[in-house]
Amino acid sequence: MKNFLVVDDSRVIRNVARRILEALSFKVEEAADGQQALDACKRAMPDAILLDWNMPVMDGIQFLRALRAAPGGDAPIVLFCTTETELTKIQTAIEAGANEYIMKPFDSEIVESKLSQVGLL
Amino acid sequence: MKPDDFTYFTKYIYDQSGIVLGADKMYLIESRLAPVARKFNLATIDLLVGQLRGGRDANLQREVVDAMTTNESFFFRDGKPFDQFKSVVLPQLLANRAAKKSFRIWCAAASTGQEPYTIAMILKEAALQLTGWRYEIVGTDLSTEALDRAKSGIYTQFEVQRGLPIQLLVKYFKQQGDKWQIAPEIRAMVQYRNFNLLHEFAGLGGFDVVFCRNVLIYFDAPTKSATLARLGRAVASDGYLLLGAAETVVGLTDQFKPVPDRRGLYAPNPYAFRGPRATVLKFAGGGVQSPRGTG
Repeated sequence: MKNFLVVDDSRVIRNVARRILEALSFKVEEAADGQQALDACKRAMPDAILLDWNMPVMDGIQFLRALRAAPGGDAPIVLFCTTETELTKIQTAIEAGANEYIMKPFDSEIVESKLSQVGLL
Repeated sequence: MKPDDFTYFTKYIYDQSGIVLGADKMYLIESRLAPVARKFNLATIDLLVGQLRGGRDANLQREVVDAMTTNESFFFRDGKPFDQFKSVVLPQLLANRAAKKSFRIWCAAASTGQEPYTIAMILKEAALQLTGWRYEIVGTDLSTEALDRAKSGIYTQFEVQRGLPIQLLVKYFKQQGDKWQIAPEIRAMVQYRNFNLLHEFAGLGGFDVVFCRNVLIYFDAPTKSATLARLGRAVASDGYLLLGAAETVVGLTDQFKPVPDRRGLYAPNPYAFRGPRATVLKFAGGGVQSPRGTG
């Protein structure tokens, strides 16, 4: 069973994501901001990360840069999942090491389609 | 819908499109016809069928067929067929057509354009190997409304997230408000034509590869067989046919054989009688060639 870390400051989004991912047989852990996510990754690197952009303490892009610079941090597959839909933001995310990008609002079909593209399904 | 109207309507759709609508499709029919009735200021679906029976309103006839045949489509739908296109079909084409440096691809159910544009993006990504090559992608569909959307190349945020890798979105799409439009150079790679699969294919010319996915499932067995027989004459003897995941040629035609271990990929059967071929086959090497990969 693969481990998924869901990083979002909204409990509602974390719950929606958890339900979708658990239905696809992933083991889900949650973090409410980038710092919590970084701490979770230092304890144990997840297989994949669903990552919000705008969060308090440490935002998604700062977290991603820190993760990719950390030992073993190039391993997790990172999917941004954000209301940021500007082309320039998407490019910034890819340059920082995001593997895929989901624009909110999303549904289970989009998540499934993105997961199979990055080889998680 | 009255039983008599239902019988008339399902026969009408069958004659026009080959689509078989069973009694279990009553709800689907009514939900798809309701917006058409509103558009033509007809208060009920009974009135709509009455008008259709009159047979004088060509616009209504077209819109009704459009409404019943328009189906959802995604970029890179089902993934696998496009992997096979890249790893099996395209290398074979490059080898077999090396002298002529040209090929033609047909999307027989282009719908709103996602499939032909997927193929166009794959070919664009392979531009280095295709330097000096000419190729055509022809997208046909019965629905003029779907084809208008295909030509516009404009998709919603939901549509560009189903199956399309983010790198390709960034590379080939422009943002327009909350919509995304595919780049002019990709749009220019596809020619669209309004075409009914029940009609003769000869006017379209011959093809090296045909994508005919998720169409045959709506047909009855005789219509499937007849369509596959016509496809047999349209596909080059060393070409390929790609069908949808729930579709097969087995038991329906001897024109094609499944390519072993390549689900959804079919090659012309060299031992079948195919009748006169479309003209493109003249440069395909003339005599019967053994389709690669059939072992």
